[in-house]
Amino acid sequence: MLKWNSNGIQIRLLIIFIGILIVACVRNPPLSPPDVPTQPSDTETSLTSNSQPPPTPIADPELLPEPPLIVEEDLFLTRTLEELNRDSPLEPVFFEYDSSELNEINRAVLETNANILSRYQEWVVTIEGHCDERGTPEYNLGLGERRALAARDYLIELGLKQERLRTVSYGKEFPFNPNNDEVAWASNRRAHFVITAQ
Amino acid sequence: MNLPFRTVVGILSIASTVLLATPQNPPTVQDELRQEPSQVELIIGDSIGAQPSFAVPDCLALTNDPETESAAQTIAEVLWADLEFEREFRMLARDTYTTIPQARSLTNIPLDRWRELGADGVISCSVERSNNEQIQVTARLFNVQSASSAFGVQYTGSFKNIRVYAHQLSDELHRHQRALNGVARTKISFSSDRDNEGILGSTNDRQTKEVYFADYDGANVKRVTVTRSLNITPTWSPNARAIAYTSWRRGYPDVFVSHIYRGNLESPAGGTTEIHNWLPAWSPDGSQLAFTSNRDGNSELYIMNSDGSNVQRLTNHPGIDTTPTWSPQGHQIAFTSDRTGSPQIYVLGADGTGLRRITFESYCDRPTWSPSPYNEIAYSSRTGPGHDIKVVDLATNEVRQLTFGLGTNESPSYSPNGRHIAFTSTRGSGNKHIWVVGRDGRGLRRLTNVGNNEMPSWSN
Repeated sequence: MLKWNSNGIQIRLLIIFIGILIVACVRNPPLSPPDVPTQPSDTETSLTSNSQPPPTPIADPELLPEPPLIVEEDLFLTRTLEELNRDSPLEPVFFEYDSSELNEINRAVLETNANILSRYQEWVVTIEGHCDERGTPEYNLGLGERRALAARDYLIELGLKQERLRTVSYGKEFPFNPNNDEVAWASNRRAHFVITAQ
Repeated sequence: MNLPFRTVVGILSIASTVLLATPQNPPTVQDELRQEPSQVELIIGDSIGAQPSFAVPDCLALTNDPETESAAQTIAEVLWADLEFEREFRMLARDTYTTIPQARSLTNIPLDRWRELGADGVISCSVERSNNEQIQVTARLFNVQSASSAFGVQYTGSFKNIRVYAHQLSDELHRHQRALNGVARTKISFSSDRDNEGILGSTNDRQTKEVYFADYDGANVKRVTVTRSLNITPTWSPNARAIAYTSWRRGYPDVFVSHIYRGNLESPAGGTTEIHNWLPAWSPDGSQLAFTSNRDGNSELYIMNSDGSNVQRLTNHPGIDTTPTWSPQGHQIAFTSDRTGSPQIYVLGADGTGLRRITFESYCDRPTWSPSPYNEIAYSSRTGPGHDIKVVDLATNEVRQLTFGLGTNESPSYSPNGRHIAFTSTRGSGNKHIWVVGRDGRGLRRLTNVGNNEMPSWSN
């Protein structure tokens, strides 16, 4: 199936297919503009070089590029990295005290993140490992590293490529909640996802 | 108190002046004076070995300009504090001197008045602006009982950093009178958010932490890094001319070495987006750095030459191995490992052999090996909600606690004479500040007061 932000091979197949349709159905008036999202310029050329308005393919609709699954995904593609990360579709996972074990909730969150990441193949993410303030700053650099690696390794297990998944430990240096209570500590023990390339 | 360096205690009856009148180079940070008294002439103290009491009145300003007059007061104040810090002398509070008229010259000291106040020694000093806009500082230590001069020095230099004259004088007095290596000219580096800058490109309003250093008493703060990123775990090279630290300036933690007097920067551990390195620790001779790295899949300890060559792996365990510190001779390395489930302190030969566990507590980190002649390791230990600074004697395995439950107390670092420990504490304000306490747990004091300041490293 074609993905709507197709990779190069898929685009080329699409172009060939549309070209065949244009030749085959040149007399059919267009019903609507081709349902093709913004494409590289060679597609534009192949369509506009024909003096006729491009016809709508009538062949098997299964082969047509699908519209975006959800409207939100449009937003993801138009947003800058900064906008994406401010309201990230990738959820953090939270850990127990001095632990880097993934529980069932963690795994479910990571599976959702993996689905999103497999839909947006261009995204490269940095998984940040964070700790609460109760540990020492030195040891926590290692603990944050271990948390980031635990999240990364599960994503690799789910089929994501390692080169898209960077890790970095921040120990207890960047708490998300600066308070000194259980709620704050729990929200600071996390693997946090930052999209670093799109 | 056992002072291994002390060779002479008590009163020597011979009195003579050791006034070193040779003009000195300006004492600067780069090239501090290394002036030695020509001979040990007279030690002030009483016959039963109690602490002698000292007074440091304002210096005499021999030229009448505001800068010289201000220097006359600053030098006396700083010298008083320097001498108080080592607790070798009972320092008479300076506000009790008001009834004593100021000396009109260095040789005309109202010794009877000082005797009435209970002083065994008086440090009398003068400052004078010389023709070439330099300051000349002359100081003498007088033995009040024998009405004789026990020690004298003279410095000439710029007006730029007046406090360094007092620090130099304090170190020389300690060496002359107590055969003690003072620390008044040492520096303490630390990590701080005091400049309130945001991390570049951060979407979470993260604050930068940059590396700074200050005089041992907290004065003269200077900034080392300007990276708009995270810079922590600074550590002085043994010659005090470089600072190694962990920086995220390239987006991942890596070990950087800043040669602060040459102005160049190195990243000898060769970090990449995949290979991360942190927590550098200099070998005592400065030729090697131990550090933590993830290069083999999890946190392990490595040693490399300070130029990055000859990297050798030291530990091999799926647990976290981190936070190295060298023994004074460089033959052993203490570190933190959670291989038994919680972080504890271990000692290992620098060749990777002879592992032994040192602590058996709930949570221990940041081992810091004392300088010789002490044979102990200071560390941070969980004692409640927070941590306290403890010291374990390696000969007896005895543990003594230096702080007691106020805030959290972490990241200890020894002074080069082994008598003091700087550490991070949240006591009081809740903000992190650098504090210093004696290795006997006495003499606690705070060094910083702006922003958050942490992870001190004390220079040689």
